[in-house]
Amino acid sequence: MDFFLQLLFTGVGIGAVYALVALGFVLIFRATNVVNFAQGEFSMVAAYLMVVFAVDLGLPYWVAFLISIAGMALLGAAFNLLVYYPLRNRGFLPVLISTIGASIFLGNTTLALYGPQPQVLAGWLDTPGFQLGPIYLDSQYLVIVTVTLALVLFQYWLFEHTLLGKKLQATSQDKEMAALLGVPVALMIMFTFVYSAVLGGIAGILVAPVLFVSIQMGSAIALKAFAATIIGGFGDVAGAIIGGFAIGIVETLGAAYISVPFKDAFAFVVLIAFLALRPQGIFGERVAEKA
Amino acid sequence: MMRGSLPGLSIYALVAVVAVALAATVKTDAYVANILMQAATYAIAVFGISIVLGLCGQINLAQAAFFAVGAYAVALGTVDYSLPFWLCLLVGVGLAFASGALLGLSTLRLGGHYLAMVTISFQQILTVVLINAIRFTHGPDGVSSIGRPAGFQSSQAFLALAIAAMAISGYFVWRLGRSRLGRAMRAVRDNELAASAAGVDVFRTKLTAFALSAALGGLGGGLFAGGFSYISPDQFAFADSIVLMTMALLGGVASPVGSALGTGLLILIPEWLRFLKSVPGLYLAIYGAAVVLIVIFMPDGVWGFVGRLFARAPRAPSSAAEPLMLAPADSGGEIALEVRDLAKHFGGLKAVDGVDFRVRRGQVHALIGPNGSGKTTMLNVVTGLYRATRGAVSVDGVDLTALPPHKRTTAGLARTFQNIRLFRSMSALENVVIGAERDGNRLTVGDASAVLARARSALAFVGLEERMHQPIPSFSYGHQRLIEIARALAANPTVLLLDEPAAGLNLTEKKALHDLLDRIAAQGLTILIIDHDMTLIAGVAHHLTVLNFGKRIADGATAEVLRQPAVVAAYLGAA
Repeated sequence: MDFFLQLLFTGVGIGAVYALVALGFVLIFRATNVVNFAQGEFSMVAAYLMVVFAVDLGLPYWVAFLISIAGMALLGAAFNLLVYYPLRNRGFLPVLISTIGASIFLGNTTLALYGPQPQVLAGWLDTPGFQLGPIYLDSQYLVIVTVTLALVLFQYWLFEHTLLGKKLQATSQDKEMAALLGVPVALMIMFTFVYSAVLGGIAGILVAPVLFVSIQMGSAIALKAFAATIIGGFGDVAGAIIGGFAIGIVETLGAAYISVPFKDAFAFVVLIAFLALRPQGIFGERVAEKA
Repeated sequence: MMRGSLPGLSIYALVAVVAVALAATVKTDAYVANILMQAATYAIAVFGISIVLGLCGQINLAQAAFFAVGAYAVALGTVDYSLPFWLCLLVGVGLAFASGALLGLSTLRLGGHYLAMVTISFQQILTVVLINAIRFTHGPDGVSSIGRPAGFQSSQAFLALAIAAMAISGYFVWRLGRSRLGRAMRAVRDNELAASAAGVDVFRTKLTAFALSAALGGLGGGLFAGGFSYISPDQFAFADSIVLMTMALLGGVASPVGSALGTGLLILIPEWLRFLKSVPGLYLAIYGAAVVLIVIFMPDGVWGFVGRLFARAPRAPSSAAEPLMLAPADSGGEIALEVRDLAKHFGGLKAVDGVDFRVRRGQVHALIGPNGSGKTTMLNVVTGLYRATRGAVSVDGVDLTALPPHKRTTAGLARTFQNIRLFRSMSALENVVIGAERDGNRLTVGDASAVLARARSALAFVGLEERMHQPIPSFSYGHQRLIEIARALAANPTVLLLDEPAAGLNLTEKKALHDLLDRIAAQGLTILIIDHDMTLIAGVAHHLTVLNFGKRIADGATAEVLRQPAVVAAYLGAA
C-alpha cells in the first residue's frame, strides 16, 4: 500500500506535466482547429534554454526562468508567423504536416547546436524532499503540482473573468463572427500561440529536473499529452487536465507492476482502448459539421 | 476521362521494361545497387502514402511501421522458421493490410487528428516491441542473413525484381486514381458530406485507402528485407515514417509519378549532402524546415508544380450528349416520400418537432417557413446527416430511418446543399460522374461508358457540357449550383431534394433556375425544395408544407396555403 501511494504521488507529479502540455494543445486547437504537433518541442526548447542560462551561464534560477519564458513567447510568435499563419486558409492537413515539419526542425536544430548528450538541470528548491508518513515527497514533484494548479486557476480566471478571455473564446467559436464584432482575430491567434508556447515551456522547465534534458523529451511528453487530451475529450480544458493526470498515473503504475521497458507503450494502449470504446473521451468532444 | 492515357501508358510500360532489363543485365557497383534497392522499395511504400494521403486525404504517420511489419515477416520467416520467401512476403503484406484495417476501424470514423495520433501510437508501440521482445524479434541487434527466393538469389536479380514490383505498384496506384474507388477516395478528400450524400460509403472508402496504403508499406518492407539481407528496429522509427511522408509530399502526393520522383530526390539528395551528417541533427533540421517550406510553397509537390507549367487547356467535347432521362412519374406508388412524426431535438432545442408530410410522385413539393423554422434540419434528417430523435422517413414505401446517408442515396434520394458542396479539385464532369455511379442507379449499373454518358447528359441538361473538363473553381457561383444539381440528377433519383437552390443567385440566374426546375418537373421527377424566394416557390411548387418553430402550421395546394392567415402571420408577423 505504501509503495502504491508512493507511485500515485509520482504519477500525479508526472501527470501534471502532461496536463500542462495538454492545455497548450487544447488552446491552440480551439483557436485554430489544428493540432500542433510541435507542442512538445516547446517544452524541450525551454528546458535547453534553462540549461544555457542557469547552468552554462550560471545566472540565478529565477532570472534564467524569466529569460527562458520570454524566449518561449518569442518562439510562439515566430511559430505562428512562419508555420501556421501562411497556411491558415488551407485546411487541417497542410497545417498538421507543417507543424510536424517544425517539430523535426526544432528537435534537430537543438541537437545540432547542443549535441546528443542529455543535460542535467537542478530543481527549483534546494531541499530534495521530505517524508510524510509512509511516502517520500520529492520537492520538485511538489513544485510541479503546485505550479500546475496555479496555472490552471490563472487560466480559468483569464478565460472566464476577463475581456481578453471572452475575445479568445469568441475567436475559437466563430472566427468570422468574432471578426465582424471587432475582435482582432489574428492577434487573438497570435496570443494563443504565445501563451501555449509559454505553457509548454513551463512544463518543460518543471519536468527537466525529474527527467534528463534531452532532444527526445519533447516528443515523448507531447505524445502522452495528446493522448491525455483525447482521453479527456478533445478540446475540453478540464478533460485535458484530468486526462493528463490519468496518463501519468497509469504509466507510473504500469511501469512498476507490469514492465519497465514497455512503460512508454501503456499510454498508447489506454489511448487506443479509449478510441475504440469511448472515442468522445470522458467529457465528449463537440463535433458537428453544418450541412 | 481516359484522354491521353494510352500513349502515356505505353511510354510507362516501355520505361519500366527497360529499367527492369537494365537492372537485370548491367553490372553496377554495390553502392549504386544499394541506392537503387532502397529507392525501389521505399517508392512502393510511398505509393501507399499517395493512396491514403494523396487520393483520400487521410494521414498515415506509421508507414515505416507497416514497412517494418513486411520486413520482419520476411526476415523472421526466412531466418527463424525457414519458410519460403514468397510465403513470408505474402504474410507480411497480409499482416500490414490487416493491421492497417484494424487501426483504421478504431479511428477513421473520427477526425484527422485522431488518426494522426493513433498512427503515431502504433509506430511507437511497434518500435518498443521490436526492440524489447528480443526472443521473438532478435531485439536491437536486428536480423541478418535474410533469405531470397529461388531464381533471385543474386543481388542483381533481386534488384530487378524490386524494380518490377515498383513499376507494377505504380501502375496499380495510377489505375486506382482513375477507377470508381479512386474517385470515391478523392470525393471523400474534397468533401466528406457531399461524398456521402452522393452515395459514397465514406467510412469504407477511407478504410480501404488506409488498408491498401499499409499493404503497400508491407510489400516495400518485405522486398527491402530481402534486398539488404539485414534489418534492425532503428531503420523503421517514427522519423522514417516522416521521411516517407515527406517523399510523397515533395514529389507530389496526388500522383504515383510524383511519389516516385520525391522518393528518388530524397534518397539522392542526402547522398550528395552526406557532409551534413557530420553534425548530428543538422541534416534532419534541414529536413524539417523543408517539410514546412514544401507545404507552404509547393502544395502539389514538384510534379504538381511541373505539371501546372505544361497543363493543356481542356478541350470541349466533340460529340453531342444524349438527352437526359429522369425518373418518370408513372411508375411506382402514389407517394414517393413520406415523413411521419419526424422530430429532431438538439438538447433542449426542438428544431423539428413531430412533422408529417407526404410528397406525391411527380409533384414539386416545397417546404417553406421563416428562418430557424427547421427546414434545413428537416432535410438533414431526411437525408440521414442527422439522426432523427423520433419518427420515420420512407421512400417508395421503404423505411430509411435507420440507414446512413449513402444508403439513403442508394434508396433513391439525391440532394444539393444550401452552401454549395462540390468536389473542388475535380472537373465538372468528374463531379457529376460520382453522382451517376451511385449504387442503385438502374441506368448505369456496372457500365463505365453508361456512367460517362449519363454524366454528360446531366451536364448538357443544365447547359454546361461545353465546359465539362474545367475544374470547379473556374465556374461562377451560379454555375456551381447548376453542377451540383446535375450531380444529383445524374444519380437518377426517385426524389430530388434541393436546399435553397436560389440563394445567392442574381435575377438572370434565378430565371434560369426556374426554367431548369420546370424542365425537370416536366419529366415527372419528384422534387422536394426549400427556398425563401416566394416568386420561385409560387411558380414551381404544386404543394406546400409550411413549418414554424419546428412544427407544421400548414399543408396543402400552393395557392390555398399561401392564403391561410397563419402562414401570412408567420411570414409577415401577426397584425
